[in-house]
Amino acid sequence: MKTILGEKLGMTQIFDDEAQAIPVTIIKAGPVRVTQIKRAGSDGYSAIQIAFKEMASKHVNRAAAGHFAKSNTPPAKHIVEVRVDDPDAFEMGQEIGIGEVLAEGQKADVTGISKGKGFAGAMKRHNFKGQPASHGAHKVHRAPGAIGACATPARVFKGKRMPGRMGGDQVTLLNLDVVKVDAERNVVMVRGAVPGPKGAVLVMRQAVKSNG
Amino acid sequence: MNTVDQIESAYLRDDIPDFAPGDTVRVNVRVVEGGRERVQLFEGVVIARNGGGARASFTVRKLSFGVGVERIFPLHAPIIHSIEVIRRGDVRRAKLYYLRDRVGKAARIREKRD
Repeated sequence: MKTILGEKLGMTQIFDDEAQAIPVTIIKAGPVRVTQIKRAGSDGYSAIQIAFKEMASKHVNRAAAGHFAKSNTPPAKHIVEVRVDDPDAFEMGQEIGIGEVLAEGQKADVTGISKGKGFAGAMKRHNFKGQPASHGAHKVHRAPGAIGACATPARVFKGKRMPGRMGGDQVTLLNLDVVKVDAERNVVMVRGAVPGPKGAVLVMRQAVKSNG
Repeated sequence: MNTVDQIESAYLRDDIPDFAPGDTVRVNVRVVEGGRERVQLFEGVVIARNGGGARASFTVRKLSFGVGVERIFPLHAPIIHSIEVIRRGDVRRAKLYYLRDRVGKAARIREKRD
């Protein structure tokens, strides 16, 4: 098992052996339960479906309740499908904890939805430099500047970086250091920041590119 | 107590004495020089305490050869060998940044009387 779901709890700092402060994000990771197993024979590919964060059964609609009943697991808020090589290694309803996925000293990839920034200007959204504070600049200090040429091509190219909605995108951070794994409390600490606000749902996996 | 506080509590030091802005403290700092460790003193007035939990820090100000020197220490850092409180000060504010503009008699702090 290489993937698990988690919830961002917040950030703090701890000190390493050399007394250096390391910024860490605390993530409540798992436990997740296997709610469906897909096999190449019946589904065309091999995968398992994992569910995270139990919820009260009164909040589940009948369709979802039926799905969770098949694997005999309590209803959960978040479901994600994960490709696996060997689906027979898993059973329906099996519980997977963080200890089986990540270990201290490993690297992890973390995926989440970044914080929404609303309608943002070109400086904030694309790191444009803006325009001078003085020397005759008038009401254009944070404006993007020219967006294209004149009669040729007589249009603005597609994909031109301009102001607009920023944030709220899926972001994947690669190769974060796993600083601490507490399998008992299902808590993991990774070095640095991860996308989203506190309470955001994150997909964590063993780093796929760490040996490259 | 939320989970973050619970996890942080495992990393907090319990050998830090109570002290507040206005107090004069002697901070024994571990210094590594060329592979060998020794303890260095930093003695002065606490002019601020910042943050909470594992990220708490405090600022100590002293005069060194007539020049004001301020050092910010993380409260729970392993580089702090120990902290001794030398004098309790009686002040009415949490941040004593006004001391930066004062020298000599004007920079005195009354001692706390219980």
